[in-house]
Amino acid sequence: MNAAIATLPAPRKPRAGSLLLSSDPPRSVALSAILLLILVGLAVTPFVLEGSQPTATAVKICVFILLVASYDLLLGYTGIVSFAHTLFFGLGGYGIAIALDRLGPTWSSIGIGLVAALAGSALVAAVIGLVSLRVRAIFFSMITLAVASAALVLASQLSEITGGEDGLSFQLPPSLRPAFRAFAEPVLGLTINGRILAYYLIFFTALAAFLVLLRIVNSPFGRVLQAIRENEFRAEALGYRVVAYRTAVSVIAALFATLAGALLAIWLRYNGPDTTLSFAIMIDVLLMVVIGGMGTMYGAVIGAFLFVLAQSYLQVLMGAVSRAFEGVPVLPDILHPDRWLLWLGLLFVISVYAFPGGIVGRLRRD
Amino acid sequence: MSASTAPAPAAAALPAARADWLPLALVPAIMAAALPLFGDISSWVTLTLAGLAMGMMIFLMASGMTLVFGLMDVINFGHGVFISLGAYATLLVLGPLAAWAHAESLALNIALLLLCIGAGMAVTAGAGAFFERVIVRPVYGSHLKQILVTMGGLIITEQLIHALWGASPIPIPLPQALRGAFVIGDMAVERYRVAAVVIGLVVYGLMHLVLNRTRLGLLIRAGVENPEMVEALGYRIRRLFVSVFIAGSALAGLGGVMWAFYRQTLTAGMGMEVMVLVFTVIIIGGLGSIGGCFIGSLLVALVANYVGFLAPKLALVSNILVMALVLVWRPQGLFPVARR
Repeated sequence: MNAAIATLPAPRKPRAGSLLLSSDPPRSVALSAILLLILVGLAVTPFVLEGSQPTATAVKICVFILLVASYDLLLGYTGIVSFAHTLFFGLGGYGIAIALDRLGPTWSSIGIGLVAALAGSALVAAVIGLVSLRVRAIFFSMITLAVASAALVLASQLSEITGGEDGLSFQLPPSLRPAFRAFAEPVLGLTINGRILAYYLIFFTALAAFLVLLRIVNSPFGRVLQAIRENEFRAEALGYRVVAYRTAVSVIAALFATLAGALLAIWLRYNGPDTTLSFAIMIDVLLMVVIGGMGTMYGAVIGAFLFVLAQSYLQVLMGAVSRAFEGVPVLPDILHPDRWLLWLGLLFVISVYAFPGGIVGRLRRD
Repeated sequence: MSASTAPAPAAAALPAARADWLPLALVPAIMAAALPLFGDISSWVTLTLAGLAMGMMIFLMASGMTLVFGLMDVINFGHGVFISLGAYATLLVLGPLAAWAHAESLALNIALLLLCIGAGMAVTAGAGAFFERVIVRPVYGSHLKQILVTMGGLIITEQLIHALWGASPIPIPLPQALRGAFVIGDMAVERYRVAAVVIGLVVYGLMHLVLNRTRLGLLIRAGVENPEMVEALGYRIRRLFVSVFIAGSALAGLGGVMWAFYRQTLTAGMGMEVMVLVFTVIIIGGLGSIGGCFIGSLLVALVANYVGFLAPKLALVSNILVMALVLVWRPQGLFPVARR
């Protein structure tokens, strides 16, 4: 379909580290450096940056990297647009929230909640896929949109189970609470409390899940997905059941999105419709995956990182610029901090036209 | 009624296309089936009329999108923003002519509504022309990119609406004569809903006439079936495409104006909120089929009203249920459009 997103990875070379990255290295010095910087930055955030704000931002980045990477599996690798990704994100969050709320703050509640949410997601994704992907991929987009909005309504209406609009606040197991001390003495000047443990739980889970996703897209299964993206009929003619593969990949993507939702809920100790289910998050994910680079996996890292930072700091910058233009008509309005999505939207449209590979594709070309 | 807008299967012989009556019977069948479930006839009548009015408004908003999809194979996820844009365009009229809304004269009230519709359609037609040229034209032929790029257009336009008119909801007054309800016996029928039914029927009738009784409609229908052949016969299919896109956007604007007066509040996200319904009815009707879209709209709105009254718990998912049932029956929608 498009030559730029279709770049195939270089032939396999047996090298150290290539096993971990599934023989799909960044293939660009600049990209490698940026990715390494993000990885190290996220790994040391609690030690280097004081206070809870930077750590919260780092958690958000980790969770969104996982969410966006799983979405890339659908959009970038298989070429289908789903609007129900937040539905699975929300299912993960609600699984954890409901289990911990009802069954008490124990590790086994987390396990039960996560497994139940994963099973539910797999079932829902399989049903949606089998109903809509049979006909045409475009049906899938519309039907996922309808189902996602129904889920949002359900979550806010069934308040006995989900807490309605207010959502659910819950307690974590003792070892993840702020009062918990992992060691008597501070490590490198930082007291290792339950929050720090929770952070590293999320960081390493997201990292491991990302590497698994990288493994999936570079497996024979992943190759079939890319073949379907490039030419559906040809893939079918070669003997691959397109519907089965598409349904399978939408189930896999749903599972990883569920995991991401669970991680976010564990950090926030809260889940509600606005934190995981809202359509605004779906749009954010779309922006991240396209700006970062569709069909590259690493694009998810770059996209999520930039977007979350922009969400926190672009508005500050725009506020300053907007004030500078005070008195000029219209300009202060479109530069108002609340209009930051306008500029990201423009960047998004330009990305789709001019850089189909997003930032990663751009970096790889140089 | 609308069977002839649904392209006949390729196998049908030339002289008479086989009419597909089954989906047409669905709406009356649902109405009749619901009747015994209600204790009294007056609440049935009220709910049925309310459902028909709602259905007409959904049809107005959805028809443009399905028309564009049918002819151009362009899926415009930004369609919702034209609904919002049409709604906000009423402010251009309501600003200077605010007094007309409170005037006692029926003529002034109706004139105000028509002026609002005119403004809404003009603004969205212009925006549609721009949108087609800048956003959609570079991505003809690729559904994936169309979805992405029109979503981008949606984000940008929604933000521009915020920048131009402010982010907070704006209340708008319903013209005096359209407020309240006609009371017949113990049945109450809101006046505005009657107006919505009338406008919906007029638009549907006009679309039906244009598509089936004019040369332009003939070309459009031919373009849906086989654009290459139409082009080979010497017609400029591009110009046809653009005009249909503009018409589709204007229809969204019209729907947006009606929807705005129904809600009596303007928000930039109002179009996107209703898009879920729009998609549902388009899928139910069969992508690209005007007749199917009309029936789908009525079906969804009626079922939502009946279920909301009879089993409020189920109402939240009634649209999805209707869609699922229809797709089980006909996986391509009620009136599948043959080519795609």
